[in-house]
Amino acid sequence: MKNDVVIKAEKLCLTFKTNDGPVHALKDVDLTINKGDFVSFIGPSGCGKTTFLRVLADLEQPTGGEVSVNGMTPEEARRKRAYGFVFQAAGLYPWRTIGGNIKLPLEIMGIAKAEQKQLVEEVLDLVHLSGFENKFPWQLSGGMQQRASIARALAFQADILLMDEPFGALDEIVRDHLNEQLLELWAKTGKTIGFVTHSIPEAVYLSTKIVVMSPRPGRVTEVIESTLPRERPLDIRESPEFLELAHRVREGLRAGHDDDA
Amino acid sequence: MMRNFFPILTVTLVIFALWYAFAIVLNKHWAYDKATRGGYELSFTELVADTWTQKKPRLPTPDQVAAEIWKSTGIAAIKKWGRTEGEPFSERVAAVLGDKKSLIRHAWLTLSATMLGFVFGTGLGILLAVGIVHNKAMDNSVMPWVITSQTIPILALAPMIIVVLNAVGLSGLIPKAVISAYLSFFPVVVGMVKGLRSPDAMQLDQMRTWFASKAQIFWKLRLPSSVPYLFTSLKIGVAASLVGAIVGELTISQDGGLGARMLQGNYYGTTLIIWASLIVAAALAATLVSSVGLAERVTKKRMGFVQ
Repeated sequence: MKNDVVIKAEKLCLTFKTNDGPVHALKDVDLTINKGDFVSFIGPSGCGKTTFLRVLADLEQPTGGEVSVNGMTPEEARRKRAYGFVFQAAGLYPWRTIGGNIKLPLEIMGIAKAEQKQLVEEVLDLVHLSGFENKFPWQLSGGMQQRASIARALAFQADILLMDEPFGALDEIVRDHLNEQLLELWAKTGKTIGFVTHSIPEAVYLSTKIVVMSPRPGRVTEVIESTLPRERPLDIRESPEFLELAHRVREGLRAGHDDDA
Repeated sequence: MMRNFFPILTVTLVIFALWYAFAIVLNKHWAYDKATRGGYELSFTELVADTWTQKKPRLPTPDQVAAEIWKSTGIAAIKKWGRTEGEPFSERVAAVLGDKKSLIRHAWLTLSATMLGFVFGTGLGILLAVGIVHNKAMDNSVMPWVITSQTIPILALAPMIIVVLNAVGLSGLIPKAVISAYLSFFPVVVGMVKGLRSPDAMQLDQMRTWFASKAQIFWKLRLPSSVPYLFTSLKIGVAASLVGAIVGELTISQDGGLGARMLQGNYYGTTLIIWASLIVAAALAATLVSSVGLAERVTKKRMGFVQ
């Protein structure tokens, strides 16, 4: 069975002009992401993983090549609100309650009040924050705030979720917990997820596809298809299959570094 | 609260002690003059007693100032109130506020010019800040003028403002409010520009991913983010408004007000009147600033800024 292509990049390049000369943030990136994929981008700082995600979100303009999101240009996709974006910091507005924060994009998109209320309840349930609707952000822990920010990205029912190191600022215990919940959410909603991370175990645990990238110029060195089943309990991380995948990712990262040196 | 009590008390006592000491130093010449002319010797106790009770001292003592304030507020009001017995309530209030010698009247005049100027200044400041944040040309062209405006001494500018406004038929409260606004709009512009620009790149990117319009970004993100900055500016602005109103009253002194009263004291060499007006003005400023502070606390609490 052939999957529907959701994101496609061909020969994608992005060069920033700086005072020290041009910086090749992305060079000839080819990548295809199918519907329902969970794709992790991993690599050292400066490898362009965040830049790639930002190009998909129309937050950066590519300087060469082709890229399409849901068959549209990133700008059209942004206009159509085809994706939800989760940033590294939760970025909740302190003057809005959790419910109010999740409503924010819905208000901006002009969705009817009654529907807003229903959508907020739905997504709060998805991230296990039911009952926190009327709390202010400062009353929640860091992990809960980030879950609220995921709920906010899900609220307008885009079928793509782009996440830029969403758990990078959280401690490992909270992170494990959120990873587990994210997989559960992904299984329930069938979203296509693009996930930037620094952590090899996180990438292996979550993904159906791991994109290994290397810096200067930022490029894809390897795309690893996961052999793990979709259903993943936390202890799958001690299985030989998991360790084998993690090993391959580590090798891929090292290879990228070697030809950099 | 208690931890602050003793340090504050100590500082207050020191200030009062210094004040009384300076009153002796500054007023002693007049005491010695009187003694020389009368041909008698002054002991130290007699000197102190004289310097603290002179009718027109160079530096009146705190108790003299307090007595003067009470005389020109409380006693004056009670007298007027008594004399207008039998008249309707509103008439009696008007009589108390209209008493030319009453500091209540002068404080009320200054307060109304201050409040009107504060409203003008804050409104103008916010409008300019919104323009500066949203328009590159305005950012480059208006800001230098805003800064220049504050480098001109207001005392030199005030008479010209009054003459110009008189020429277009505006007199009374408005010109004083304009001078007051001239001083108070500046901190509001500076604070609001900073506040409206306080959302970080991530918050703006986030808005972009939702395809938000400029107006939506303004109302939902920039404006609420600027609230803490606005209140800091308002505290400075309201005090500046009061200074502006007093400067205006020094120029249009026939209408009264605390500034006019200070000027009057100056003409007749009655330092007591100057000091009484000065202290009332200071009390007014303190009240205004703490009112803004109270509004700030309430607003921030309601907005969820305070933990």
